[in-house]
Amino acid sequence: MTTLAAENLWKYYGDLPALREVTFSVSRGACLALLGRNGAGKTTLLKLLAGLVRPAKGCVTILGRAPREAAARARLGVLGHGIAVYDELSALENLMLFGRLYGLAEPRRAALEWLERTGLAHVRDSPVREFSRGMRQRLALARALLHNPDVLLLDEPFTALDDRAIGVLQALLRDALAQGRTIVMSTHQLREALELATHVALLVRGRLAHFGERTPEMLTEPGRLYRQYGEA
Amino acid sequence: MRFLRQSLAVAAKDLRSELRSKEALNASLAFALVILLLFSFAFDPTAETTREISGGLLWLVFAFAGTLMLNRSFARELPNDCLDALVASPVPASALFLGKALANLVLLLAVELVSLPVFGVFYNVRWLPHLLPLLGVLVLATWGLAVIGTMFSALTVNLRLRELMLPVLVYPMIIPALMAAMQLTTVLLAGEPVTGDNWLWVRLLVAFDLIFTALALALVETVLLG
Repeated sequence: MTTLAAENLWKYYGDLPALREVTFSVSRGACLALLGRNGAGKTTLLKLLAGLVRPAKGCVTILGRAPREAAARARLGVLGHGIAVYDELSALENLMLFGRLYGLAEPRRAALEWLERTGLAHVRDSPVREFSRGMRQRLALARALLHNPDVLLLDEPFTALDDRAIGVLQALLRDALAQGRTIVMSTHQLREALELATHVALLVRGRLAHFGERTPEMLTEPGRLYRQYGEA
Repeated sequence: MRFLRQSLAVAAKDLRSELRSKEALNASLAFALVILLLFSFAFDPTAETTREISGGLLWLVFAFAGTLMLNRSFARELPNDCLDALVASPVPASALFLGKALANLVLLLAVELVSLPVFGVFYNVRWLPHLLPLLGVLVLATWGLAVIGTMFSALTVNLRLRELMLPVLVYPMIIPALMAAMQLTTVLLAGEPVTGDNWLWVRLLVAFDLIFTALALALVETVLLG
């Protein structure tokens, strides 16, 4: 069953096409690693999938709906470049805020549960500005998963994390996949992403150069795909 | 009901953030008090002309100090890309806007209510006997300022010169509301009742608030998404 589909997507910044003719679909429970060099269009594509910007041409469907429909957004979890949590608020206040915005029946209970799962329960009342990068990223993931979304869109979730923090994040994402969630994540950390991915897409200057299942060879030689498309 | 709950959650978040950082509140309040002090040196507080311009003077101070507050409304969402998370959530853009406008109303009223006694002392104006009708004018005109300011704060949030652009866009738009507020405040501070022709200004304020609130709620999604 197709969970997420992009059809003939075009997006311009001024006269410059950031994305050209991007078409693909992802099934339920799949994890798509979105690869590409800086400026290839990964973040733009994720923003289009999340409904944060409108395409110049083409369309996106999330579970059969347009991404700007409230019903689609309610089933979408987004972790962008920034962590999208408020520095002045505590971890608990941040999660409760988003719980209320997503209309959860018990936002406090859900927030406490996710703080426990992400290992942040002991700092739940501390302001986020006092958190380390790894703690902030875990809180951001908790924020994205709080409402049990069917689809997760993650923009470079492993950036600036140490090995231990990456391990914690991978475990959380594995759990999400085991529960049947669909994940699309852009990343430069090939090995970490490919360990989780079921599918791989490579963007080259706004075009989808490659889309397919992740093969065992990709794990042993993660940079091969880049070389294959002259992006080494 | 859900729309209102979401709006109130956004408003509570903005108020909590501002009360903890006090960035805009301190700047706005300090600016209002300094301007009131400076103007008090320019006019003789016992002169009749000072009384006649008291409404205009007070509302100019509120409008100048207000834009400092309004500038932060959507700029507050920029660190950590919080605006993306709000727009990606199922909260309608109109609920997000309403929450921010409500938070701005509360913050602007707080600055005005602190400035009012200072104004009374500096300019020898007795405002306390007219507190209730004055509060009505404050709420109506400040809502107009909050709605216009919040809308333009959303429009200018990604501009580098947003601190400059916001007042340039807001002041021409709020002229009708400011004129009404100035006129009504002057009448009230002179100890006269709001009757006859002055009701026209009240009706103007109410109409201004209704029209611009409806327009902002309808257009904010387009403003945020382009």
